[in-house]
Amino acid sequence: MTAETADAATAKPSTGPNLQLLRFAESVTIPALALIASALVFSVFLLVIGKDPVTFYALIWTGGFGSSFSFQNTLQRAAPLILTGLAFAVPARIGLTMIGGEGALVLGGFTAAAIAIPMVIGGVPPIVTLPVMVITAMLTGGLWVGLTGWLKYYRGVNETIASLLLSYIAIAIMNFFVEGVLRDPASANKPSTMPIGDAYRVGNIPGMDVHWGLAAGVVLAVVLWILMSRTTFGFAARMTGGNARAALAQGLPVGWLMVVCCMIAGACAGLAGFFEVTAIHGQANASLVAGYGFTGILVSFLARHNPLAVVPVAILFGAIAAAGGVIQRRMGMPDATVLVLQGIMFVVLLVSETFYGRIKFFQPRITGDRT
Amino acid sequence: MDSAVVTVLIAMLGGAIRVSTPFMFVALGECLTEKSGRINLGLEGNLVLGAMVAYAVSFFTGNPWVGVLAAGGAGLFLGALHGYICKLPKVNDIAVGIAMMSFGTGLAFFFGKPFIQPTAPRLDAIPLGDWTGNAALAQALQVNPLFFVGIVLSVVMWWAFRNTKWGLIVRMTGDSAASAKAMGVSVDLVRFLATAAGGFLAGIGGAFLSLYYPGSWNQGLSSGQGLMAVALVIFARWDPIKCIFAALLFGAAGAIGPALQSVGISQGYYFFNAAPYILTLFIMIASARSKGAAREVPGELSITK
Repeated sequence: MTAETADAATAKPSTGPNLQLLRFAESVTIPALALIASALVFSVFLLVIGKDPVTFYALIWTGGFGSSFSFQNTLQRAAPLILTGLAFAVPARIGLTMIGGEGALVLGGFTAAAIAIPMVIGGVPPIVTLPVMVITAMLTGGLWVGLTGWLKYYRGVNETIASLLLSYIAIAIMNFFVEGVLRDPASANKPSTMPIGDAYRVGNIPGMDVHWGLAAGVVLAVVLWILMSRTTFGFAARMTGGNARAALAQGLPVGWLMVVCCMIAGACAGLAGFFEVTAIHGQANASLVAGYGFTGILVSFLARHNPLAVVPVAILFGAIAAAGGVIQRRMGMPDATVLVLQGIMFVVLLVSETFYGRIKFFQPRITGDRT
Repeated sequence: MDSAVVTVLIAMLGGAIRVSTPFMFVALGECLTEKSGRINLGLEGNLVLGAMVAYAVSFFTGNPWVGVLAAGGAGLFLGALHGYICKLPKVNDIAVGIAMMSFGTGLAFFFGKPFIQPTAPRLDAIPLGDWTGNAALAQALQVNPLFFVGIVLSVVMWWAFRNTKWGLIVRMTGDSAASAKAMGVSVDLVRFLATAAGGFLAGIGGAFLSLYYPGSWNQGLSSGQGLMAVALVIFARWDPIKCIFAALLFGAAGAIGPALQSVGISQGYYFFNAAPYILTLFIMIASARSKGAAREVPGELSITK
């Protein structure tokens, strides 16, 4: 044991690129190959049902990136995906599979809309109202998901099931209010809260047709990347994710770290809900339940739970979502096509996890006697 | 007693019997899978895909029971896929479950689009309550044969886990992979078969949803029943018989909203819709750290660690 450790310590990668670079190359190549493989599997699926895969991918390209209009549409859809992707990525680094982003988004958006109603009626200026809405959305989302972390550590409740249950409960809470006391009588077909009014809507980033949620997402991605990989907090969180028992033995506040990571996640998803309400819908209703929370899980897995990588991956999925409408019209395929594609991607991506550390090319060549 | 209370109670009894059946099948499937030491969180996908396939096949063949079998087949396919993927090293079974959930629902929504409108032949119920002479009670006691299939199955499973060689092998694989290996049992194969069979049962649970109650196919047919059933297995402490009682309890919780609506209390309907989720959450909190659960849990299971 001791001899082996000593050997490993003195042994160095012989020549060529260093360990970090190899790790990086591995964590880019394998997901990229998985993406290509899932595209091939989906092509087979398309051929079986008698559709042309070439047309399909061409439409995704033109519908997602083809023109400045479609690219801005892509970015618009990527904005909530960045935030919900972060909402999965941060707890994932501490070893929690927290899939309640959808519920935190819905609840955050709903409470933001609800708190805005008396302020809008009372004539409070937007400069005050909007920050209050942001804080409400992030706080509600944070507490809601923070509960998952608390239950996990202090009660031993499995966080995956608990977070999904809390998601369903969050949606039920919104429906309860939107169909009840907070229902705007004018919303006949689709029960909604009262519209917050144009003055209280969040506008677009100057020079673009994309709302501020994109900028918020990118900034948060950078901040959370710094937090998770360049601070003591992030180090402690990643150490807990690697081995929670060792972290406890080291005296790290594991429970506190878990709750905080979950609260950060919930705040991200709640913020996504805020932007959905103030920039897209203008009121809270069932349209908030659009599946962004669930797509965010896939985004985070493809980004290997790295906050910086979440941004480009979210843009990719934004493009697929943006092209969905074109694919429906031109190829006569149902809107669930995107769901099938995402499902296949998810499965293939998880299969690809098995290749980490098993492809020779990415392994450092250790020299020295290992007997 | 107040007649409204009686009406609600009868409606809840009928609701418990109706609503519990899909829970029962998913829970029995998950129980088998978890006994072998693996968790399948993706049974929600099996449930939805099973519901769609059952409805479509029943529509084309005119025989709902063929639909039930086809639903089992669809569940078997997803379960086998899950079982195969989890066999690979370094693959996290919980994540695969989430992926299978979205894959199964995606497939169901994709192929299910044309079947939202047409009406397929549905399963018939056995009228068990005609002797009571009470219309409401007779209606509540219209029981689907699948309900009894589920009960028989749970007794068979309970007996088989204790008294057969196969049951012993499954339990041993779940409690200690190392000892199973030492006995010359292929851990991967046992878990693969247990996951596939569990998927089959969950698919049949889906068939009940579309062919009996609510009795049509649409995209909102299942909202988390598959997942709640997974939590239910923990609550039932991996005992097939207790799974039945837990399923009945969940069914009754799910029936509160419609039962109250039947006597004119529609206030808070959406709140009562959340009752099964809240109940599940509380049950999980109560059973997660209990000593009884710790004694019964299969040793290899990752979910309770």
